[in-house]
Amino acid sequence: MLNWLRRPKYGSLQRREMPAGIWAKCPRCSNLIYRKELERSLRVCPKCTYHHRLSAEERLAITLDEDGFVEFDGSLTSADPLSFVGYAQKLEEARQKTGRPEAVIWGEGTIEGWRTVAAALDFYFMGGSMGSAVGEKVTRAAEHAREARLPLIIFSASGGARMQEGVLSLMQLAKTSAAVGRLHDAGLPYVSIMCDPTTGGVTASFAFLGDVILAEPGATIGFAGRRVIEQTIRRKLPDDFQTAEFCLHKGLIDMVVARSEMRRTLAGLLAFFGGPRLEKPVPEVAAPQGAQT
Amino acid sequence: MDYVAALFTDVLELHGDRRFRDDPAMFAGMARFEGQPVVIIGHNKGKDTKENIARNFGMPYPEGYRKALRAMKLAEKFTVPVVAFVDTPGAFPGDAAEERGQAEAIARNIQEMSRLRTAAIVVITGEGGSGGALAIAVGDVVLMLQYAVYTVITPEGCAAILWHDATRAPEAAAALRLTAKDLQALGVVDEVLTEPFAGAHRDSDAVFAEVRDALRRHLGVLRQVSPEELVNRRYAKFRQLGVLHETGAPAGQSR
Ligand SMILES: [Zn+2]
Repeated sequence: MLNWLRRPKYGSLQRREMPAGIWAKCPRCSNLIYRKELERSLRVCPKCTYHHRLSAEERLAITLDEDGFVEFDGSLTSADPLSFVGYAQKLEEARQKTGRPEAVIWGEGTIEGWRTVAAALDFYFMGGSMGSAVGEKVTRAAEHAREARLPLIIFSASGGARMQEGVLSLMQLAKTSAAVGRLHDAGLPYVSIMCDPTTGGVTASFAFLGDVILAEPGATIGFAGRRVIEQTIRRKLPDDFQTAEFCLHKGLIDMVVARSEMRRTLAGLLAFFGGPRLEKPVPEVAAPQGAQT
Repeated sequence: MDYVAALFTDVLELHGDRRFRDDPAMFAGMARFEGQPVVIIGHNKGKDTKENIARNFGMPYPEGYRKALRAMKLAEKFTVPVVAFVDTPGAFPGDAAEERGQAEAIARNIQEMSRLRTAAIVVITGEGGSGGALAIAVGDVVLMLQYAVYTVITPEGCAAILWHDATRAPEAAAALRLTAKDLQALGVVDEVLTEPFAGAHRDSDAVFAEVRDALRRHLGVLRQVSPEELVNRRYAKFRQLGVLHETGAPAGQSR
């Protein structure tokens, strides 16, 4: 079932979205940031702490230990079952733009030596939308974690279900939710991390089903779109509506974790859950798991 | 919920999610179907304009989904089959619904229904509006009335995204393949129930008879299946939905 593909070494972060140049403009505070400085801060604005969006590849690169990530199902993609107007072209454009075949990457890796199954959705690939392939890969990630007795970590960044696959996209909500349910029944931990933005069908399925739910600061998290809600209730919504901090306050998520702290927080959680760890964890384990447990 | 009155006897409606309030957009109750006990859940739009408004046009809040889940767990406890009637434009898109965890409520229902240790039959009678419909539609058997629709996004919403023009909804509707026949072809719907017309109007009695007949047939079969087997089959049923492509390999369906 699985293709074992060596990942290309992630190395330093790759920029796909940002225009070339030495300076980058922060979309929130509009300050010009020296690009190298931005890369060093994991693309968090040093002036206003805005967390720039990352691709799935970048996300895994900054989260997992440098060596040993093995990607699964790297060549699995959605088809165009409805011959939906413009879909084939959109898929092709997304592939050109991201250099990736689909909107999710999943595989096995380690965080400070703790073994885990990890998946990341890619908002740059058709808005991280969930069609058959994204649903299938998330499902396989959960099934693999269950078979291998490993924890599951999923970084979500998605506008929701991929409408170009019609109701088959909707069915991915059922498939993925059922799969993480089986993981739960097997007594294995699942940590869901919501990144900017996590909305629609992904929230109404696996993203809100984690044993522990984390979010990045400022991430938009919600089921219905802001505009739709404003039209429905005929009122302006407050600026902080559907932010990670708002969700924390409303009791919908467990923690808001800054990008610089994410790796350590996850390592702490994995340590708490007591999964398998490599004999010789990679040496960059600076802060032991104590910090967050 | 004309179906409840027409098809069931000894109906006892249940109220509330025990957490916040009773959501009138969602029906939950215990009843008998041809003498056998069942638990009924379903979106409730109401019959007239006044009732439509009171019932929020069948658009539940999180508490509606949580009420439905409570009823499903009750059914599981006593190994009574669940019959779910789906008819909603979608989950209510309001600020209060978001604050109380609309997404989590839907996700939780989907997950719990996928592993419910009792039989569940779903009947899509009118509108199957996205996640708000699926939250009570993860059944062992999914039936759909001939002229009902089931879709991931409203045609208006789809047209607005694709062409920035909601008036092109009919085009979007065609592209989304949301009719009962389309969905049966995609494997999402198991059986399409015909809706006979009497003159210009739908012949309600004939539709009720169709639904009754289908429920009788499927309940008869599902009652013979063990809870373990039901859960395994249901997992497999939804597991195989989707069409995949392995790059470098010939196109093919996952099933
Ligand atoms: Zn900034």
